[in-house]
Amino acid sequence: MTGLILNEREIVIPGDKIASGMDYLPGNGAFREEEDIYSLQLGLVSLNGRFVKVIPLTGKYFPKEGDIVIGRVSDVGFGMWMIDIGCAYSAILNMRETPEFIDKGADLSHYYDFNDVIIAEVTKVVRYKDVSLTMKGQGLRKINGGKIIDITPSKVPRVIGKQGSMINMIKEGTGCNIVVGQNGKVWIKGDKVEDEVKATEVILKIEHESHTQGLTDTIKKMLEGN
Amino acid sequence: MSYNKRLDGRKFDEVRKMHAKVGIIKRADGSAMFQIGDTIALAAVYGPRELHPKFLQNPERGVLRCNYDMASFSVTERKKPGPTRRSTEISLVTEKALASVIDLDLFPNTVIDVFIVITQANAGTRCAGISAAAMALAHAGIPMKDMVAAISVGKVGDKIVIDLDKEEEDFEEGATDIPVAMTARGKEVTLLQLDGDVTKDEVMEAIKVAKKGCDEIHKIQTKALKEIYKNE
Repeated sequence: MTGLILNEREIVIPGDKIASGMDYLPGNGAFREEEDIYSLQLGLVSLNGRFVKVIPLTGKYFPKEGDIVIGRVSDVGFGMWMIDIGCAYSAILNMRETPEFIDKGADLSHYYDFNDVIIAEVTKVVRYKDVSLTMKGQGLRKINGGKIIDITPSKVPRVIGKQGSMINMIKEGTGCNIVVGQNGKVWIKGDKVEDEVKATEVILKIEHESHTQGLTDTIKKMLEGN
Repeated sequence: MSYNKRLDGRKFDEVRKMHAKVGIIKRADGSAMFQIGDTIALAAVYGPRELHPKFLQNPERGVLRCNYDMASFSVTERKKPGPTRRSTEISLVTEKALASVIDLDLFPNTVIDVFIVITQANAGTRCAGISAAAMALAHAGIPMKDMVAAISVGKVGDKIVIDLDKEEEDFEEGATDIPVAMTARGKEVTLLQLDGDVTKDEVMEAIKVAKKGCDEIHKIQTKALKEIYKNE
């Protein structure tokens, strides 16, 4: 039997046979063994032409170039900061990549100190290992106040929605300022604590029901409810 | 010394009742519970994350670190808490049983921590631990080529039986216990231990029986992993 064995959007666990024969090629999250293509991860089957992919449903964040992330300063070094962005390796923020001009030999902790939380962009990733960040760009800054919640990184696209439709709806509905990092960290700041609580509830609900249909309507009702 | 009927009335190739649940520990990256009869194993996976102290790091591939532990209340006679000679050995064999299916090359210099706790023991704890750990690893999104399931087989009296309980293990002069772990697809044996007297033919027979048991466990594992996304 050749061809696809499982359909698109079906849930697979590691070792599940997805396709058989040479008509398909293994993409991310899949591998070939002899004639067959198997899943490497717990996730959803996805087809892209001849490529069979598995979109992970769980797991840690894997940095990609161009991602906006929220991180915490874990170490201040000579001419750079180490930033914990929730992936397997620490990211590096060079002192030349900050919006402020910093003199050589200046005390770096004066600008960003331990446990400061920043919004940054990933500029370079080498084999998941060496991750470089920049803070030059619109909206990239140190953040003060508000709260940070963690969601599963693979569910971030759902929280943002198509062209930001979902996140804009939450922003309007609650009046909060929200930044969603691709690494699954969400910063919420509102004028009132109740607004922040409301936004948190909504985002956690999206995370919990991300694979269901008609989610936008559910969230709209939830926001209008009270 | 013949053993014609099992003490708890099961068939010779019948596994105890099994139950599995994924995602029981919220703060872990992946977690699972596996119950077989009265034996309950919990597994939590953290990582991949940076490994300290640094000299333990391997720049070629990630490190898998397993820790098996029995809760002091898990057995009838209170177990002194903390690592023992036995738990160190089981941690090591668990690590080796799981390492062969995980794609560790992707995460050099990191560690994947697996913590297994037995909260209730009635024989076959290392096998329950491995079955739970495999589910927890999959739940943590770690790339794996295959799933692993484990079951104990043994010789009680003159019969080869599957999934011994404590009563059977202590039958007369003691049974021969053979824990076996296998990959789901390739049926490759990743753990094989033996404690007691058996002939070569009996071992081969035991592995054949274990293959069937592992298939059953794999079905339960698959169901539990898929279940978390099937609510509502």
